[in-house]
Amino acid sequence: MEPTDAELIAAVLGGDTASFEPLVKKYSPRLFSTARRYARRESEVEDIVQEVWTKAFQKLSSFRGEAPFEHWLMRMTVRTCYDFLRSHQRNRELSFSELTEAETAWLERFVANPAQANEDAAAARELVQRLLDQLSPSARLVINLLEIEEWSVKEIAQLTGWSVSLVKVRAFRARAEMRKCLAKITTGKYL
Amino acid sequence: MNLSALREKLVAVARSNPPGDKVPYSFEKRVMANLASLPRVDEWAWWGRALWRAAAVCAGVTLLLSAWCFIALPGHAAADSAVNLEDTVFSSVNGADLTW
Repeated sequence: MEPTDAELIAAVLGGDTASFEPLVKKYSPRLFSTARRYARRESEVEDIVQEVWTKAFQKLSSFRGEAPFEHWLMRMTVRTCYDFLRSHQRNRELSFSELTEAETAWLERFVANPAQANEDAAAARELVQRLLDQLSPSARLVINLLEIEEWSVKEIAQLTGWSVSLVKVRAFRARAEMRKCLAKITTGKYL
Repeated sequence: MNLSALREKLVAVARSNPPGDKVPYSFEKRVMANLASLPRVDEWAWWGRALWRAAAVCAGVTLLLSAWCFIALPGHAAADSAVNLEDTVFSSVNGADLTW
């Protein structure tokens, strides 16, 4: 029978560092999936996940076991991703006017008939990425958590450490920022 | 163009295409190697560093106050200050009844 998370954590805290490896193996897929929402380059994604595991190991004694280990880890991951976004803010692409042919074609299909624009199209996925890259770190985090991953406001408050009212304010601003970015793409083309 | 509809469509695209959860080969080995190479956190060293920094700050404040005393206070006022300080320090002794 495999040891539980609590048993592994107790072993690590007792000095058996090797017991941390099964935890890394078990939760890394979830961490990679989350980190890939915020970083595009695979090397950056790996750096984020590595940093999360380092923090988790160093702060393991602060894990009280009241909530599942996964929740504790996800809080750490979201906060690390937010720090990553803030530190890489200057690297954001500034011009959004140069759409690729495929992206323009997808937008044209959407203008002609929104239902016909395929959600699986690579161009649409790229367009979403470019749109998210344009947002400020807090707006991107809120849009990702609230609209794409569909967490509740209360859950986002727990994940980020922000108050519920701050999440609501940031969500409102994030939507406005997203609208502004969309208007920027479409101005001159379709408006 | 209806921007709200476009926004909803793009959010739907993002929802229907979640990023992959593939973990690079032997990633856990790399994490464990990195953890093994981490310097051990020595709390005493941390306290030592903090105390040395505090000592430097205290020395700086002492120097500043000394300089201020010499520059701001005239000579007789400095002498008065010395008398006042002495009176304050020895006030309990001066006022005490000598019972022996």
